[in-house]
Amino acid sequence: MRGNVLGNISWRAWKVWRRNADVFFITWKTNFLPSFIEPVLYLLAMGLGFGMFVSGFPPPYDKFSYVQFLAPALVAIQAMYGAFFECTYGSFVRMHFQKTYDAIVATPLTIEDVITGEILWGATKSLINGTIVMIVVFTAGLVVGTPLITIPGLIIIPFICALAGLAFASLAMTFTALVPNIDSFNYPFFLFFTPMFLLSGTFFPLGILPRAIQDLAQVFPLTHTANLIRDPVLGIAGAQDVFGLIFLLVWTAAFFYLAVYLMKRRLVN
Amino acid sequence: MTDIIVARSLTKRYDELMAVDAIDFTIHERECFGFLGPNGAGKTTIIRMIQCVSPLTSGSLSVLGMDVDKDERKIKEVVGVVPQDNNLDPDFNVLKNLTVYASYFGIDKETAQKKAEELLRFMQLTEKKDAKIDEISGGMKRRLTIARALINDPKVLILDEPTTGLDPQARHVIWDKIRELKERGVTVIVTTHYMEEAQRLCDRLVIMETGKILVEGEPNSLIAKIIGSGVVEVIEPTLEVEEFGKQSGWNQERADDRLFIYTNENQEVRRKLQQRFPTINSLIRDATLEDVFLKLTGRGLKE
Repeated sequence: MRGNVLGNISWRAWKVWRRNADVFFITWKTNFLPSFIEPVLYLLAMGLGFGMFVSGFPPPYDKFSYVQFLAPALVAIQAMYGAFFECTYGSFVRMHFQKTYDAIVATPLTIEDVITGEILWGATKSLINGTIVMIVVFTAGLVVGTPLITIPGLIIIPFICALAGLAFASLAMTFTALVPNIDSFNYPFFLFFTPMFLLSGTFFPLGILPRAIQDLAQVFPLTHTANLIRDPVLGIAGAQDVFGLIFLLVWTAAFFYLAVYLMKRRLVN
Repeated sequence: MTDIIVARSLTKRYDELMAVDAIDFTIHERECFGFLGPNGAGKTTIIRMIQCVSPLTSGSLSVLGMDVDKDERKIKEVVGVVPQDNNLDPDFNVLKNLTVYASYFGIDKETAQKKAEELLRFMQLTEKKDAKIDEISGGMKRRLTIARALINDPKVLILDEPTTGLDPQARHVIWDKIRELKERGVTVIVTTHYMEEAQRLCDRLVIMETGKILVEGEPNSLIAKIIGSGVVEVIEPTLEVEEFGKQSGWNQERADDRLFIYTNENQEVRRKLQQRFPTINSLIRDATLEDVFLKLTGRGLKE
């Protein structure tokens, strides 16, 4: 039983999820505000400001304005932030400084339960953040008279955010299992997070970049998240989105296992 | 007497370091059992193995008849742990620390609330129940950690250095509570390097060093066996005094500025010394567990 990582996960993982949710709602004012303000700033600066100079997108985006292209990506970016910050800095603080994991594993929960609960909570943060941004962007679209999120989008987007959340949370937890100290998060952030943030077809279509960079962008989960959110909103969903969905599922399975395995190796000795 | 915890050839090795070296011990129901030893003796490692968070390298360890390798969750359900560092949850207030912890045991909300308030009363923390963790004193944190360890009504309570860093008042409160719990039928395991604490609390204890058990027994019989009833301390002894002791066949030990003579005949030894060395500066006192500990583990620094 000890060695089997997946066999040591139980429903009790939700207790850890619940703990984090309780903390979140105690401090909800500080939690909600940033995810409100950031997309508004991006919409203003990039969408309305910078976007005025942008025209002539390649197909299939040629029929849309820059702000229509950008708005769904803002949802994807905030969804990514949600899980990524929660399961890097947030989890590291709980693990290393607060010794929360040590306290919990003295109860009937296993370390596998704890990590699973943390990843589920990270995904929930993605769902919450993504949904907030979706509503902000949707409202902004009503205000400026350009539909930025469609009605089908409102239904699909939360699901995509939750799935992307699992993918990003699992990846983030893998980093957390590996970094020796909290400053070391600079490496995954600058070497992985920043390129992903900029080069995932978030601010401009990937098609205009050199082939090599386009190929590289296919390994970024944000690329697929942005497409999975944007394509249904713009009404251009297709085979590439089925691939994106499978990609996120496989990514989640692989990194979830890796995260739990590496965390157990780090903490159980 | 039922055996609650049984260890046979219990071994834990970290790479080159032998943290626990093939030890045997048995802890009986309703007793207070102590693990004593200098830092690095392996006390905390044993605790971590009993609470199923550190796998054994070899040997066997059972808790209430269950194998720590197979019944992790079941064992953890009936064990309460007070770790060396208070890992209380700084994100919650005092009361919520207990109710959230109860949820990990699957205790329903209502029962948890009732149990938490009862434990706060027991640990004299009721008026602090809405305080944040970083607003309460070290002694209160310790009491809260003990309250937390009792939330599941454990059959076995493990306390890893329960009073390190506390003031005398706080220590006495904690000792009283531990005794009270023992009377209620809880089996208590304590690690400590305070000999006074061990002597007050423990029915039986082991003294450990570098992963091995040096002696095992009841505190008073260990003192009687290893030291005798009393100690004569000679302050700033000359070499002649030391030589005289040796010739007299006394059980003695030299520390920096003192000579300790372990004996059942305090008065007699002191009289002989004063006869031979009229200006000698000496005192007599009862032997303590500290004498046993220092005799066995030596007076030099361990780290």
